[in-house]
Amino acid sequence: MSEQASGELIVLQGPPGVGPVVEGEALVSQQGFSARYDVDRDRGVFSRVAHDLYGRSLAGKVLVCTTAKGGIATSWMLLDMVDRGMAPRAILFRTTNPVMVQGAVLAGVALLHQLQPDPVATIRSGDWVHVDPAAGRVEIRRRAPSS
Amino acid sequence: MSSMRLNAEEEAILGGRWGEAARRALEQQIRVGEFFGAADFVRVTSAHLSGDAEAMREAGVRYLEELAGLGARCVVPATINPRSVEFTYWSLLGQPPRYVELEHRIVRAFEQMGALPVNTCINYQTLSQPRFGEHLAWGDTGTVIWANSVAGARSNFEAGPAGIFAALTGRVPRYGYHLPEQRRGTVVVRVLDRLQGTSDWGALGCHVGRMVNDYWQVPVFVFERLESEPSADQLKHLGAALASYGSLAMFHAVGITPEARTLQEAGGGQVPEPELVVTSGTLAATYESFVPEQEAVDLVVFGTPQLSIFEFRDLARRLAGRQIHPRTRMLLTTNAAVKHLADRLGYTAAVEAAGAIVLTGVCYYIMTARELAERHGYRTILTDSAKLANIIAGYGYQPIFRPTEVCIDAAVRGAL
Repeated sequence: MSEQASGELIVLQGPPGVGPVVEGEALVSQQGFSARYDVDRDRGVFSRVAHDLYGRSLAGKVLVCTTAKGGIATSWMLLDMVDRGMAPRAILFRTTNPVMVQGAVLAGVALLHQLQPDPVATIRSGDWVHVDPAAGRVEIRRRAPSS
Repeated sequence: MSSMRLNAEEEAILGGRWGEAARRALEQQIRVGEFFGAADFVRVTSAHLSGDAEAMREAGVRYLEELAGLGARCVVPATINPRSVEFTYWSLLGQPPRYVELEHRIVRAFEQMGALPVNTCINYQTLSQPRFGEHLAWGDTGTVIWANSVAGARSNFEAGPAGIFAALTGRVPRYGYHLPEQRRGTVVVRVLDRLQGTSDWGALGCHVGRMVNDYWQVPVFVFERLESEPSADQLKHLGAALASYGSLAMFHAVGITPEARTLQEAGGGQVPEPELVVTSGTLAATYESFVPEQEAVDLVVFGTPQLSIFEFRDLARRLAGRQIHPRTRMLLTTNAAVKHLADRLGYTAAVEAAGAIVLTGVCYYIMTARELAERHGYRTILTDSAKLANIIAGYGYQPIFRPTEVCIDAAVRGAL
């Protein structure tokens, strides 16, 4: 697969999020996310077979997904993952729920939602992403070839 | 400068007058509140706190201890959710000892803060009776959806740290389900299929939650073929499954729940336009969507949420005079209040005579499930809880969700 970066810059805008300014490589799912339901936190990889990111590592990534799944454990688990160096740098949701935001605030992980255009449709795994939660702004530097 | 309007008391908390722990708590609550556009805070009457060793691990436990050490004190009645370790049976079960110590630390820290170590996710059945219009800070999704839907109380998912912060400040940001406009039904779910046991209600929650998977949606159930009023346990399973599969915090059921005397009332004055129909055979198909890889059944678990005394009685009756197959392990999970009654009423003896083990103050999926699977070679887990079947899949199990009687028969046979 070609690694040629097109260098194209795409900007997403939404309401202010939480967390620090960060940047990193995108990991994009067409599904929802829960640290308890989907992830092996010891290895920092998706461990739920049915998840479209099964086997992929989320450590240091800008995770892009559709919604927050059920449950409350992610509110603690992001802190645990940060402690172990396994946490994503940022999470971008189409729409999120309180559990995710509470967990992101506790752990210092950047989090945004309701971005336009839709991050799930726009960002590709492998793209380089710059996230500015206070400004509600995400900049994408195309790196991944279209699939 | 916050976009949230703070009163004099909140300014005082932020200024450190209630201590450092409460100051930090309010600060984080403000950040969450601002994210969701909360105009101000609302006082709550109780908090239910979620924090188990499996979710928290060393980082979370250290954080909790730090708060306790800073003098954190609950200013409203606060109760806690189940533990990851069964304090009586952990060694027999083969749970890793490192979690035992973590759980003891968690309980100590919570007690220091003044939270009650009741270790239950069915607080609304055995401890705290939410009232219509009451603002709460509850942090287990099954408890929140119950409080909002069945009682007409008001709570968001106040997860781990958020629930603790609410207990320390006595308030939460006023957004989401504290607001009347958020509580309006958004989609009608017309149910034509028949519902029998509690597991059918969980199947309904699984089916609908898979499709309506958005915290901000509120399904409105219209039951066209209901033969009798649902029991508390049936509504418990419906809510727990909706919350787990759909991250939903509220549902209406016309003629059953308090803000849904009519379909129009549930919709906040108008009937919601989107409609889903649950046709005959849908629930059977929902069970069948859990496809077994093998016939042999390693583990059968009842609970999730913890069993009520009525569910316990039902299992005792079904197991009377029967023996669980030697290759199958059966576990029941409940809270101390129910266990005590079950002991006194002979239900515990009945299920134990069949070979089941009754676990107290825990819930299976938080009970170091991955380690137990690895240690015992558990692969197929059979349960009548839709919620458990959902969550346990991430822990290396193959979950099979079936009605209660199927689970019992398979446990006796050792196979599906």
